[in-house]
Amino acid sequence: MEAVHGHADDHDHAHDHPSGLTRWLTTTNHKDIGTLYLWFSFAMFITGGLLAMGIRAELFQPGMQLWNPEFFNQLTTMHGLIMVFGAIMPAFVGFANWQIPMMIGASDMAFARMNNFSFWLLPPAAALLVVSFFVPGGATGAGWTLYAPLSVQQGMGMDLAIFAIHIMGASSIMGSINIITTILNMRAPGMTLMKMPLFVWTWLITAYLLIAVMPVLAGAVTMLLTDRHFDTHFFNAAGGGDPVLYQHVFWFFGHPEVYIMILPAFGIVSQVIPAFARKPLFGYSSMVYATASIAILSFIVWAHHMFTTGMPAAGQLFFMYATMLIAVPTGVKVFNWVATMWRGSMTFETPMLFAVGFIFVFTMGGFTGLILSVTPVDIQLQDTYYVVAHFHYVLVAGSLFAIFSGIYFWLPKWTGHMVDERLGKAHFWCSMIFFNLTFFVMHFLGLAGMPRRIPDYSTQFADFNAIASVGAFGFGLSQLIFLAAVIKCIRGGEKAPAKPWEGADSLEWTLPSPAPYHSFETPPVVK
Amino acid sequence: MNAANRITFGKLAVVAVAMFGFGFALVPFYKKICEVTGINDLQKADAVVNTQVDKSRTLVLELDANLRNDLPWEFRPLERSVRVHPGQLAQVVFEVRNKSTAPVAGQAIPSYGPQLAGQYFRKLDCFCFAKQELGAGEIRRMPVTFVVHPDLPADVNTVTLSYTFFRIEGPTRPDAASAAPAARRG
Repeated sequence: MEAVHGHADDHDHAHDHPSGLTRWLTTTNHKDIGTLYLWFSFAMFITGGLLAMGIRAELFQPGMQLWNPEFFNQLTTMHGLIMVFGAIMPAFVGFANWQIPMMIGASDMAFARMNNFSFWLLPPAAALLVVSFFVPGGATGAGWTLYAPLSVQQGMGMDLAIFAIHIMGASSIMGSINIITTILNMRAPGMTLMKMPLFVWTWLITAYLLIAVMPVLAGAVTMLLTDRHFDTHFFNAAGGGDPVLYQHVFWFFGHPEVYIMILPAFGIVSQVIPAFARKPLFGYSSMVYATASIAILSFIVWAHHMFTTGMPAAGQLFFMYATMLIAVPTGVKVFNWVATMWRGSMTFETPMLFAVGFIFVFTMGGFTGLILSVTPVDIQLQDTYYVVAHFHYVLVAGSLFAIFSGIYFWLPKWTGHMVDERLGKAHFWCSMIFFNLTFFVMHFLGLAGMPRRIPDYSTQFADFNAIASVGAFGFGLSQLIFLAAVIKCIRGGEKAPAKPWEGADSLEWTLPSPAPYHSFETPPVVK
Repeated sequence: MNAANRITFGKLAVVAVAMFGFGFALVPFYKKICEVTGINDLQKADAVVNTQVDKSRTLVLELDANLRNDLPWEFRPLERSVRVHPGQLAQVVFEVRNKSTAPVAGQAIPSYGPQLAGQYFRKLDCFCFAKQELGAGEIRRMPVTFVVHPDLPADVNTVTLSYTFFRIEGPTRPDAASAAPAARRG
């Protein structure tokens, strides 16, 4: 990590920094904090990945192989929580920290000290989650959604998870306030809102979503906590509460949350595709409006996660149609990306491979989402592996591939070195093949009726599960190529020019590579 | 610039706090919505509805009560006739009084008119299931809970349900206390 800024520090003669650990603990520099976020996210990605390996090892063969059912439930629960709150969300905040000030011509984030605090809240939260495996009763096994009444009944691992969510929520809210303030108040002269790079736009909208829904999740888990320890009965039917209420409150947060995890990915892809197609983004303003529409619609579709809880038909129809409506702005986006590539002079360096791969595989996840939005179909497929396949297509092939694309895209700017294309391409093809090997077969498992979150299964599911497990281990090992590529790039490699990608046009490419520790202290003028 | 940032921070912080409150506001909001629309009335347990009732047919059930063997009792149904739908769970009550000054035991035997109606009577509870022993001067009300099966032939519109009490000889206990639980049940 030191090496990232080894050069950058030379440019800074104004004042001294503390070095070593103190530097990272006390830093208020957006680039340092971005780096911290990204490494934290990677550590959590590996942790969550190991848990996933545990799940796939158990499911490699029918019968109970390695874990008892309680521990298996803990694995699925913590895999979900760690990947969502520890890996995907902090990765995007890392991108926001690194890129947003550079892309809008600001010198740093609006609240630099709060920025430091937002990051340093995360490691304790992650520690709470990991430590919860070792308390009596183990970690929570209620699923990442922490549905009542199970979550009201479990041991102290659940309390640790609740506290971790509180802390991570506070971190997200502070981060979002910081991002919105930076974008609204600190743009370079001449940078109107409709001139902002699309990544900045998607993060602006995402940050608003976070501020709107993270407090609702905090409220939901607070209610769980008081139900558990202070004799309230929000979700306890025996005391006049209703467990279904928890699902409503949770998904009021949960559905915007899934767009929080995909909108910045849309932003990254919208930066990468024009750069490698060497054409400006097709339909810029429609992209902005589509992003805003998706964000607004995300607030009125939450109950499509709850079609089997016994809603009246009118409610099911409303949530079904509203959900289908989201396919329209999402379709606009996919159309625009394809239209951007249309007749472009495309080259396929690693960032572009991941971006095109993203469009291909994310769209498949989008289509299975459309299928699941149909109420009668959803009632059949609820809690089967079809749903697991769907959300891994949009979260792994969607969010994660976009994160990889963004990392390969901006690493030359961050480190001053070009990425080893051979490693990058190997990483892409291994990830792509093993991802599909793992998750494509899960569609068939789900359609055949295999339920999720169960450690054992009927022998008719054995072949597809064996394939999925092989794919999962391959996918996990492929990420070591990624680590190797990143470390190699930090250590050295071909010197990167200021603008290594021919078609890239946003402000960060006007800075030298690696980006100086303090950039845009005098704001650039955007025409 | 800093002042502008602080104002933006303030506004966004208010939104965040308000949304925390909104999470809790969803609780009464949810209960109200459920109450107004009747989607899920939280105050009441779900009512179980019998879907097997044939509302298109109404059966007149005439009740009849008789005594044999010089039983010193009075025996009558509280209602002479009731109207029931086939498939409907119904209950009728008979009253019996022991006019003598000693405990007397009796057993009721049912009969049906027309006789074929008997096989369509599904009795869940009946005083005829057990021997009835009445203390001196005791009055007892006894239910019959039954369903008339919907397969009852369509031409049967009136059914007579008749009970006849026969005296049962045997050891009558001197105290009627043992009959008290039965009395409470009736």
